[in-house]
Amino acid sequence: MLEIDQLTRNFAGRSVLRQVSLTLDPGEYVAIVGESGVGKSTLLNLIAGLDRADSGRLALDGCDYATLDDDALTRLRREKLGFVFQAFHVLPHLTVLQNVALPLWLLGKDGAQADQPAQQLLQAVGLGDRAMSWPRELSGGELQRVAIARSLVHRPRLVLADEPTGNLDPANAAKVLGLLGDRIREAGAIGILVTHSREAAATADRILHLTADGLGA
Amino acid sequence: MKLARVFLGSLAKRRIATLFSVTAIVLGVALGMAVQAVHESALAEFGRGLRSVVGEADLLVVGPRGGFDERVLAQLGERPEILDASPIVEVEIAVSGKPGTLQLLGVDVFTLGAVTPVLFPRPTGGSDRFAALADDAIFLSAGAQTALGVSSGGVLQVPVAGRILKLRIAGDIPGSADNRRLAVMDIAAVQNHFARLGRLTRIDLRLREGVAPGSARTALQAALPAGLQIDAPDTAVEQAGNLSRAYRVNLTMLAAMALLTGGFLVFSAQALSVVRRRTEFAFLRAIGLSRRQLFAWLLGEGAALGLAGGVLGVALGYALAWGAMQLLGGDLGAGYFSGVRPQLQFQPLMAAIYVCLGVVAGIAGAWLPAREAATVSPAQALKAGDEAALFEGRGHPLIGLLLLLASIPVCTIAPIDGLPLGGYAGVALILTGGVVLLPAIAATLARWLPARSAVPARLAVARLGAAPGNAVIAAAGILTSVALAAAMAIMVASFRESVDQWLGQVLPADIYLRAGRGTSGSFLDLALQEKIRAVPGVGSVSFTRYDSLRLAGGPTPVTVIARKISPDGHELPLVGDSQSGSKPAIWISEAMPDLYGWKPGQQLEIALGGRAVPVHIAGVVRDYSRQTGSIFINLDDYQALTGDRLANDAAIMLAPGAAAVAVSNALTALSADGTLEVAFPGQIRAISLKIFDRTFAVTYLLEAVAIAIGLAGVAASFAALAVARRREFGMLRHLGLTRRQIGWMLAQEGALAAGVGVLTGLLAGGGIGYVLIEVVNRQSFHWSMDIHIPWLSLAVFGACLIGLAALSAVAAGRQAMQQDAVLAVREDW
Repeated sequence: MLEIDQLTRNFAGRSVLRQVSLTLDPGEYVAIVGESGVGKSTLLNLIAGLDRADSGRLALDGCDYATLDDDALTRLRREKLGFVFQAFHVLPHLTVLQNVALPLWLLGKDGAQADQPAQQLLQAVGLGDRAMSWPRELSGGELQRVAIARSLVHRPRLVLADEPTGNLDPANAAKVLGLLGDRIREAGAIGILVTHSREAAATADRILHLTADGLGA
Repeated sequence: MKLARVFLGSLAKRRIATLFSVTAIVLGVALGMAVQAVHESALAEFGRGLRSVVGEADLLVVGPRGGFDERVLAQLGERPEILDASPIVEVEIAVSGKPGTLQLLGVDVFTLGAVTPVLFPRPTGGSDRFAALADDAIFLSAGAQTALGVSSGGVLQVPVAGRILKLRIAGDIPGSADNRRLAVMDIAAVQNHFARLGRLTRIDLRLREGVAPGSARTALQAALPAGLQIDAPDTAVEQAGNLSRAYRVNLTMLAAMALLTGGFLVFSAQALSVVRRRTEFAFLRAIGLSRRQLFAWLLGEGAALGLAGGVLGVALGYALAWGAMQLLGGDLGAGYFSGVRPQLQFQPLMAAIYVCLGVVAGIAGAWLPAREAATVSPAQALKAGDEAALFEGRGHPLIGLLLLLASIPVCTIAPIDGLPLGGYAGVALILTGGVVLLPAIAATLARWLPARSAVPARLAVARLGAAPGNAVIAAAGILTSVALAAAMAIMVASFRESVDQWLGQVLPADIYLRAGRGTSGSFLDLALQEKIRAVPGVGSVSFTRYDSLRLAGGPTPVTVIARKISPDGHELPLVGDSQSGSKPAIWISEAMPDLYGWKPGQQLEIALGGRAVPVHIAGVVRDYSRQTGSIFINLDDYQALTGDRLANDAAIMLAPGAAAVAVSNALTALSADGTLEVAFPGQIRAISLKIFDRTFAVTYLLEAVAIAIGLAGVAASFAALAVARRREFGMLRHLGLTRRQIGWMLAQEGALAAGVGVLTGLLAGGGIGYVLIEVVNRQSFHWSMDIHIPWLSLAVFGACLIGLAALSAVAAGRQAMQQDAVLAVREDW
């Protein structure tokens, strides 16, 4: 379970995020929408453990972020979080299979222990036959499907997707969003989709609006 | 030109990369300029000094060091082409208690005025008009007076044949060049004091009006006895230039290597800059900048770097030249112009050429990145993340292999105008081949490395294997500098080892003795030779006599060394076996086959004692002392053929049980103080190796600079790559890599790239070292050497470079791993 309680973050005396609260249960997939500058990225950074809140509480499966140092937060990301970015960020010097297996390598799994789940997820996102391809040989939509497979391969408790369809055409965007929602739900993970797009947000179970006053339905 | 702000402004924006690139070019240009400036100044000074002793002579008759029969003067006097002939006896003398040597010319004051008035001695105020004819009067140039710290009225003590000759300083030589250490005496006095009775060493000729020197030279040469040669006055300057040219060209080539490394650094910086500015270029192309304009402007960036580096390099070059001349002298420690104190002169044409070389290096470095940028389609480049596709190519390994193979026939090209141009072309082909092969070597190495390892290592290896082009950018500079340094290390180690072995072979005696610092004016006469034999504790003595020969078509005189030699020549450092023959045997140094085409087994005539003597070439020997060639002959044969019974050196074997120090003291006591020098082989060996190390001091400096440039290239490349990869690092941090793990990954990437550069550099360096030893040295200096590879030094050197490259990669990535970089993965930040 993800618990966010009265979370506040200020930058240079300006309040970017003010008393945001939210609780999400496993299997829940929500979309957070809002105008530019309201703090969507700040909220994502805080949830990802890449930034520290000025006040409030943030916990994943009962583990309070405030009690974790930088190394522990890194381990938390490695074990429990998955990410999907707008620009894919697939490593060009790894094959498609290696890119998907990367989070498992970080957890000390190797050989079949890493390759098998990675291959299964590639199969699930429709890229089973592209495992040995290089990223440069794939289209944008395919690259984002690789990123989705990578975000889920280590069975994370929480998947954060930041504008995952921002670089895709509408047809590919629809496919990728459908795939992302399905995989998150199947894995029983918590999913948070941050987007400007109403169409994208509509694929989530619930839409939350982030404004200067906080997070609301 | 308004676009200059867009392009040249970029250089100002990326200050560190620009600084590295300019610095590399500055150093390359400065080193080349410094070598050139020092050498040209030394040669100019040498020439000026030489002209001051040749005066207005049209032609010179020159012969062996020991001189030739003075009756030649009378023969020449009858020739219709000649107006005046001035005889000269030239000897080199040492002065007791004073460092260095003095060039003493015995002149005939009655003919001097017509041919060489600049040598005319000027007696001091109190002296009578015949002072110049006095047997004990010597006249010193201003340079000699300053160097010896003496003045008119004083007395010089000159060691000759074991005694001290006292010479009165009777005046000066007003026409002599200031810096020349020159002395003049009456010719009869010099012949008398220095065992040259009836001998001359030079005759200066003035031709009648209307006689062409060229035709007179041919006609007179035909009438001269064997062993004499007619030279133009500038021949000696040319000879000095020839003698030192190979050394100068080799140093200049080393500087060119440093400049080449600078060119690679410009390539690295520009290649990375082009990656980072792809979107910017795509935008400019989209709004109307043509492909050609983009290419030209990017070349302009390289040219601007080169221009700045060239101008600063020339300035630094002159500063270095000044410093080097103060520290090492006009020959940079190589001993070609000893006694010459040159003044540094600014040479505008040479400076302009070196500035142009800097510009060429900048443009050459920028060429490939500019072409790459100009060929990319704007639509493709405007896509985010496209930079990932760059530098993934594996190069053209076939072309690399062809270049390496092409170096083999190129190295067999005979020297052109005495220069090993084929060897240098071979070096360039090996280097270029190595750089072209670098991506394929990187990819192959990546395949050999363990597939399963810690994540940072796995990522580093994957990157090397999948994007080997990156390795080229980072490692091209290091490859060049390592190849250069390794080649020089192999060559110098081989040379030093061979010289050391050679010294062991040529110094078998227990004690060595020489007359008056080895000058031509000093000798051991028969009485002194007997005294040496009679010293208690002396077992056996082997005397050596030095002379020289002028061979037709030869660039410089050839040294004749007469000493005790067995018929099989086993006392000599032979290269191959001796061949017996019916005529008197001579052994020739390795330079003789190269310079004169002489071969073992050949029978020919050489001029000894003023006549042509048939001899048989029994074998070839190593002689690291004389690059212009030498001939070894048994002393008995030499004395029989020439009648010359004098000697210059003695090699003494002790009697059983004799104490070396006691015998040494007894030998020294044989003569007046300072006239005989006695040394043990260990001392001679140590001094010889010290001189060797001093000669190569400049090459060590050039190597160090090249390596510093190569390392700077790695640092600059990784700094630029790290900035370009900020998003990748950010993504890895999101996935759970710690900062330490990313640092470790970068360290391994740096070590791998440098490792590939070092490995390829060492291999290329081995090949280049072989070319330097077997082609460049052989053709430049005409001596061979045994190959000796300093494995341990090279291994330590390579490991240090890899370690430093790893550290520089981590330092470069540190900035890119900061928190803001981690967040760079977000597109809407």
